[in-house]
Amino acid sequence: MNEFLQFLGEPIAQRSLWACAIIGFSNGFVSALVLLRRSSLQIGTLSCALLPGIALSILLFGLTLMSILLGAVLAGLMVGLGSLFVSRTSRMDHDTALSVLHTTAFAIGYIILIRLGLQQKVDDWLFGNIMSMGDADLWIAYGIGAVAVLGITAFQRPLLITLFDPRAAKAMGCPTRLIHYGVFALIILVLVSSLQAVGAFLTLGLLVAPAATMYLLTDRAQLMFWGGGLIGGLGSVLAFFLSYPLGWHLGATIIVVLGAVFLLAYIFSPKYGLLRRKN
Amino acid sequence: MVEAHDHICWGGGHRHDKAHSLELRGICAGYGAGQDALSDISFRAQCGQRVALIGPNGAGKSTLLNVLAGLLTPRSGQVLWNGKPLHDTPHEIAFMPQRSEVNWAFPITVRQLVEMGRYPALGNWKAMRQHDRDIVDKSLKTLNLMHLQHRQIGALSGGQQQRAFLARALAQEAHILLLDEPFTGLDMPGVESLGQLLYSLSDEGRLVIASHHDLATVPSLFDRAVLLNTQLIAVGNAGDVLTEEQICRTFGRNYRFRP
Repeated sequence: MNEFLQFLGEPIAQRSLWACAIIGFSNGFVSALVLLRRSSLQIGTLSCALLPGIALSILLFGLTLMSILLGAVLAGLMVGLGSLFVSRTSRMDHDTALSVLHTTAFAIGYIILIRLGLQQKVDDWLFGNIMSMGDADLWIAYGIGAVAVLGITAFQRPLLITLFDPRAAKAMGCPTRLIHYGVFALIILVLVSSLQAVGAFLTLGLLVAPAATMYLLTDRAQLMFWGGGLIGGLGSVLAFFLSYPLGWHLGATIIVVLGAVFLLAYIFSPKYGLLRRKN
Repeated sequence: MVEAHDHICWGGGHRHDKAHSLELRGICAGYGAGQDALSDISFRAQCGQRVALIGPNGAGKSTLLNVLAGLLTPRSGQVLWNGKPLHDTPHEIAFMPQRSEVNWAFPITVRQLVEMGRYPALGNWKAMRQHDRDIVDKSLKTLNLMHLQHRQIGALSGGQQQRAFLARALAQEAHILLLDEPFTGLDMPGVESLGQLLYSLSDEGRLVIASHHDLATVPSLFDRAVLLNTQLIAVGNAGDVLTEEQICRTFGRNYRFRP
């Protein structure tokens, strides 16, 4: 216990704690979008697609934070928007186009990273390493969180109408295309921020579980954003305090905690839980 | 007969001599690089009418609804509302999706659904004011949904769900109601009460346009019918236009129609 308190005094521990809170919150906040679009599997494939962008930027600009971020955003946008484009302009549905593009991208990324001799790093990208986050990373995470909260809050009305009923939304004059692309861009941005925390494979949990939990607790779409943010943030902080004494991998612990919270809601939710009072 | 003061387009004090009219001129439309799903469609409809779009699968009913709703830009031709392009006034059109297309588990209450209809008036950021709340209340009352307003939409019966979407159209104060197969999946009493509702909505001066596949119920539910099969086959009073010959031309020779 003493050892743990000592560890908490270190700057690296405090930085990680803040990182957990902010990344958990912004992912939880945005997770409502993923859930309401019913596109969690698409997002899962997308997170893996970020790998080649990162690898490519390391190849081109060396291993700096900005190059990694830029590469990830570009790869995400290319695969994400590219698949949207392919599905719009051919008979392919979006899922199929995304699957083909993202596995190809992932394979290319893996080859580049191994060729670069970054075998060690690959692990961090796949499963995350919050402890390695620097001050600049933290600021970027704050920035992304702010963009997510402001963007979603400002456009909440057309956003919800479009997510619920895209055809009527368009007939009413909602800028539906802008919203679709905007949502996609926002999800990619949040993915990048969580990549360092929990890695490409686990980030899907952080981007789905909080809203999925809220979905079992409320009938108000507005509550899903803030509630998801709280669950994501608090869950990640709790995971931080659990992972050190237990000696568990922090990124994996975050996902386990969020999964457990979801399970609790699934069983005990007053309205939609397994044990709800049947009328 | 519609009394002038009952009419939703009634501004007060003037006779409603010239009904609002929707005019399609030579509409051709299709998807991607494919063939025309609709070719050279022209007809007129006036407010106060209930128009059924009738034709076999793939005849272009949905395409026509999409064009009217502004979801699909026609390759050529125009849609005019009182002589001006319809899509200059998106608030005039309310679109009701097919029941199977709706995500009924979406976390939204009946009231929030109806409030969505205020979007064309409020835009992205303006706050709801008392005036808007009054309109939402009135729409809920008109469709007898007041006691269900805080229910999640999935917890309603099929007929109530239809009414909730109609209430959204009322809250939008839309003149033209576009409905995609509204009677599909309803039981007989449901069909009857929705039919009554559409009747009273058109009686108030709304123009109701719905795709419909059950020929037998056309004359009782609609007053006008548009027969489609990529091309326009016939337009006319619902009671007159459904002759055996026209039905054969729309659905093909082997179709048997028993009213």
